[in-house]
Amino acid sequence: MALLQISEPGLSAAPHQHRLAVGIDLGTTNSLVATVRSGISTVLNDEQGCALLPSVVHYAADGEVLVGQAAQEEQSAYPHNTIVSVKRFMGRGLKDVGDVSNLPYRFVETSSSGSGQAPGMLQLRTAAGVKSPVEVSAEILRVLRVRAEQALGGELVGAVITVPAYFDDAQRQATKDAAKLAGLNVLRLLNEPTAAAIAYGLDNASEGVYAVYDLGGGTFDISILRLSKGVFEVLATNGDSALGGDDFDHRIYCWLLEKNGLSALPAPDIRSLLTHARAAKEQLTDHLETRATAVLSSGEVIDNVLTRAEFHEMSQNLVQRTLQALRRALRDAKLTAQDVKGVVMVGGATRMPHIQQAVGDFFGQAPLNNLDPDKVVALGAAIQANVLAGNRGGDDWLLLDVIPLSLGIETMGGLVEKIVPRNSTIPSARAQEFTTYKDGQTAMSIHVVQGERELVSDCRSLAKFELRGIPPMVAGAARIRVTFQVDADGLLSVSAREMSSGTEASIVVKPSYGLSDDEIARMLQDSAQYARDDMQARALREQQTEAAQLLEAVDNALQQDGEALLDAAAQARIRTSMEALRAVIGGSDHQAIKRAVEALNQATTEFAQKRMDQSVKHALTGHKLSDLES
Amino acid sequence: MNMLSADFQQDFFRLFDLPSRFRLDSASLEKSYLALQAQVHPDKFAHLPEADRRLSMQWTTRVNEGYQTLRDPLNRARYLLTLQGVDTQEESNTAMPHEFLMQQMEWREALEEAVQAKDIDALEKLEQRVQHEVRFLQQQLAVDLDDSHDYAAASGIVRKLKFLEKLAEEIGSAFDELDS
Repeated sequence: MALLQISEPGLSAAPHQHRLAVGIDLGTTNSLVATVRSGISTVLNDEQGCALLPSVVHYAADGEVLVGQAAQEEQSAYPHNTIVSVKRFMGRGLKDVGDVSNLPYRFVETSSSGSGQAPGMLQLRTAAGVKSPVEVSAEILRVLRVRAEQALGGELVGAVITVPAYFDDAQRQATKDAAKLAGLNVLRLLNEPTAAAIAYGLDNASEGVYAVYDLGGGTFDISILRLSKGVFEVLATNGDSALGGDDFDHRIYCWLLEKNGLSALPAPDIRSLLTHARAAKEQLTDHLETRATAVLSSGEVIDNVLTRAEFHEMSQNLVQRTLQALRRALRDAKLTAQDVKGVVMVGGATRMPHIQQAVGDFFGQAPLNNLDPDKVVALGAAIQANVLAGNRGGDDWLLLDVIPLSLGIETMGGLVEKIVPRNSTIPSARAQEFTTYKDGQTAMSIHVVQGERELVSDCRSLAKFELRGIPPMVAGAARIRVTFQVDADGLLSVSAREMSSGTEASIVVKPSYGLSDDEIARMLQDSAQYARDDMQARALREQQTEAAQLLEAVDNALQQDGEALLDAAAQARIRTSMEALRAVIGGSDHQAIKRAVEALNQATTEFAQKRMDQSVKHALTGHKLSDLES
Repeated sequence: MNMLSADFQQDFFRLFDLPSRFRLDSASLEKSYLALQAQVHPDKFAHLPEADRRLSMQWTTRVNEGYQTLRDPLNRARYLLTLQGVDTQEESNTAMPHEFLMQQMEWREALEEAVQAKDIDALEKLEQRVQHEVRFLQQQLAVDLDDSHDYAAASGIVRKLKFLEKLAEEIGSAFDELDS
């Protein structure tokens, strides 16, 4: 096994082998996978030479699962069992979806897997049983993983998965869960406009303030970034995670219903008319008018001519909604349209002429369309995946991203106290103190919400948990410190601590809309893939790979800084742990490897801290030197 | 959580290698910020063991917190006062000079009127007046904190600026409201 060729201590580690990593754009309409090969970011095609995998999953009664084009072909015949645009359901409850009567699915409302108080993520009843949007998305991701592994000839070290910048915590968590379920190691969740900015900025060596206008199939993002030498800094982001090309289709669909006096259609007809509506929209990008013709299951014939002008009028308020978000983002960035040097267009829906027109008018300049709006996100994600996997020096550029929506907790009277404001650079942590409002109160319920509104009922409920064991005191005497930590994926964990007694409660925010680890484990068991892959063997391989990487990292660290930062005894302790790990790494006992990895991690904690302290000092010394030089 | 080093816990001015005072060279702050980020950011550690990744997240969080604290004048003033052991009494001391309160009331009325009349121009004018007052108070803060070391006076200005920050936020939401 090539991965296990480990150099002797003291000798230089084997030259870094190229670690296989990909960027995946998990889109509402289409999904793509890309990787960096010979220094160039490339989209990986399927066997037929197609880059775009339609984000459609079909569940057949015999248990077969079709994904992509093959699934798309089944959608009119089997609308209940063919899920399109599943991204719109990620981390969402039924009431978030709005008008379900125009969607050809059998929805199942589920209660939260956690506290049971907030509604859980919606589910879909199919021929293959009830499916969560996470499972449906995992099918798409699995196809892309297999495509990449076949194209690259090996297992992937990890993947960067893109998400709309305006995705909230529940939607991000659902995406990460889907990737795990698909057998992917998530190196990072990366915001789609930021991914596009990387692809664009590196290609064009851009400097200055740029706006990325990203209108996908189901989501809209606007990000304002400052690009300077080697730094991509997101200044503000805004958007609407339920606004996209699908909504433009829907306007045409409703127009068709109205024109023909139709209502309450059977599911196959809904699907068929939606498909025609999309085709009409795409036609109107290059033509001034188009004809929609269809035969309904009743035999009724639909035949209507739609002009571009009519279409633009019926969808103008959708365009206006994107401009509102744009103005809010600029306001948050404390900038005006004149400060923006260029506007990068991303997402297939930006091909619509009235979008191009409106954005051009808003900024007083023609938008930039020189990268394929369907591929630019995947290309940028692949570039970042290559860096995160450790294939480059890692000091090439710096990406500073933000959280899109404020995080807070419920206080008295159903009001929200914001703790982490929107557009905070991540990772970020904030703490706030609260107190009890009754004498002798020994428990406190903590309700975590996300959004900008003042009322809890207008924000997204993320989780509820309880801090128990507060020592009885008079009202207002307890000091409860609630700490929010947002990681580099934009995911939140919350801990609460009563300061005088030290009572502590902490959670990774998952319960209401997320899946518990048990549920993920069950889904893994259930998935047909489980039987095919030998999971046991896979777990061992993963453990061995992790161990090999750890040994390599520690070895390099010791060579660089061992003598300078550690005394002989401390170095010897680390080497002993390394030897212990080397003794078990080739074996088949994955628990033993895991224990040895943990022991080595433990043994190197102090060393890691010293190295970090040293590099922080070095950062500022280096910059003082460069000041002198300039 | 693992124990963090003394370097981690040093104050933000030391962390960013800047003099501990209110008047601040924002270019130096940004330069230090980017230099630190380049060393500690999670993207540099994604391929390394879990322990390193955790340390990187803690450090980056700290660096971000420091940058937010020092970049924003009101937060910077609060932080300097905390380092001096001074309580700004933002929750407990609600006594405000009469003329300040009168002006607040006048501005809040102007805000309401502008919203009701959907008058963007009036809203912009109000925003400018508030910003002007904020800048004036910040200059006073610099004198109180850096020159005369009058921390009681500085705390008074911090309390005023907190009022104005809230007002500025409400003006911002009013712009959004008029836009939709």
